[in-house]
Amino acid sequence: MRKAFILSFLFACSTAASYAQADKLMAELDEPATNKKEDVSATFKATRIINSSSVENLAAGVLDFRILHRFGRVSDGFDNAFGFDNATTRIGLDYGITKWLMVGIGHNTLYKANDGFVKAKLLPQQNNGIPITLSYLGGINATGDKAPPVPPGTEYFFTHRLSYTHQLLIARKFSNRISLQLMPTVIHQNLVDSSKYSNTTYAIGVGGRVKVSKRMAITGEYYYRANNADMLSYGVKTYNSLSLGAEIETGGHVFQLFFSNSLGITERAFVTQTTDTWEKGQLHFGFNISRVFTVVKPKEFRGDAKKW
Amino acid sequence: MKRTILTLSFFVAGATTVFAQKYITRTARISFNATAAGSPENIEAVNNEVANIVDGKTGDIIFQVPVKSFKFERALMQEHFNENYMESDKYPKADFKGNFGNIAELNFAKDGTYETKVAGKLTIHGVTNEVNVPGTVTVKGGSVLLKAKFKVKLQDYKIAIPGVVADKVAKEAVISLESSMTQK
Repeated sequence: MRKAFILSFLFACSTAASYAQADKLMAELDEPATNKKEDVSATFKATRIINSSSVENLAAGVLDFRILHRFGRVSDGFDNAFGFDNATTRIGLDYGITKWLMVGIGHNTLYKANDGFVKAKLLPQQNNGIPITLSYLGGINATGDKAPPVPPGTEYFFTHRLSYTHQLLIARKFSNRISLQLMPTVIHQNLVDSSKYSNTTYAIGVGGRVKVSKRMAITGEYYYRANNADMLSYGVKTYNSLSLGAEIETGGHVFQLFFSNSLGITERAFVTQTTDTWEKGQLHFGFNISRVFTVVKPKEFRGDAKKW
Repeated sequence: MKRTILTLSFFVAGATTVFAQKYITRTARISFNATAAGSPENIEAVNNEVANIVDGKTGDIIFQVPVKSFKFERALMQEHFNENYMESDKYPKADFKGNFGNIAELNFAKDGTYETKVAGKLTIHGVTNEVNVPGTVTVKGGSVLLKAKFKVKLQDYKIAIPGVVADKVAKEAVISLESSMTQK
């Protein structure tokens, strides 16, 4: 009898021990996962907010074919079909070299400009880590239209067509719904009326995105110029650029629609050459379409590696 | 008395085996295919960062799947998977807690292949369902290889498929799993 009691007691003990063991199993798996720093994803939905670049990069090996349209002034009214008749376009290709480095080229109908850029992600925002994403954007722009009039005795060189953009993109995804980005910007134009203006324009841009539903967001961006605000563009007064829009996610791409007082699509054009203003209703309707192609497959999907 | 001591030492020995008989890996692979018939593109992904632990004594088995670690061929698809379908920020992990129905027949100490059936609770996208999954266990040189293939209805886990992609994303995903565990 006593023996049976001891036996059953011991058995109970060992069963209890193994149950406790089972509960601990989950905890054993959990351990290293806590405090893991993870990069925040999808601060913005596309590589552009509206005109500005966002901190988002293309994935490595992805080619993005972009068609960007800006129509004429809505305020032109019926005669120009509310701007439809005077569309400008940028057609471009972007490519992700690594997950933190992308490049792009494009041609603009406005000023027949060709542009190219490099964008590098320097710091990623992390859960339990770095609070912001920091990227650098460097661009070059060459106008291709007819030489503008220059003072007698001077010559118009090719280098006069060039301008350079440097931007820091500082972004934070505050929540699943709200992302904001600050953009200190330096634009150097090789040719300006240097008796009145500086070759270098300093500006600060702010852009953002607020998600209103699972697949729709409201976007906006504004640039304030710290100098050269009174600079003329081809003899016309310029304004600060303000754009407001919406983006809709469809299966294959993000469709961005917006109104802007800027007709230009490159940084030089929309920061320093915006000749229209919201106050007079001189808005341009525009949209960005992008189509991505996976050129280099991720390693899990290459040839023999895919044995699953 | 002598017999009691004998029994006692048997239980102590038994307890130590309980502690020793755990098998674990953090690099198990789970892949899924949710390609609808006739879809022009493959909706499939692989995850090589799945954690899996088995208690050889009790037959308890647990999987933990970091959802963001699923790799797709197309980066955009991967983003949509996390943002719109799985809501990975809200539900970062999928998990399974189950038990081998025939643990007594499984001998992890001896090389061999066994058919088995695991019943348990599968949690995906914050929704838990009871599932029954048949699979095979292969013991070889101290490591335990687990293989299984089963179907999951997306609707059961409140994963909504919008109309525009209904011809691409299947209503059921075929899930394949391969886990090679070693003794802990």
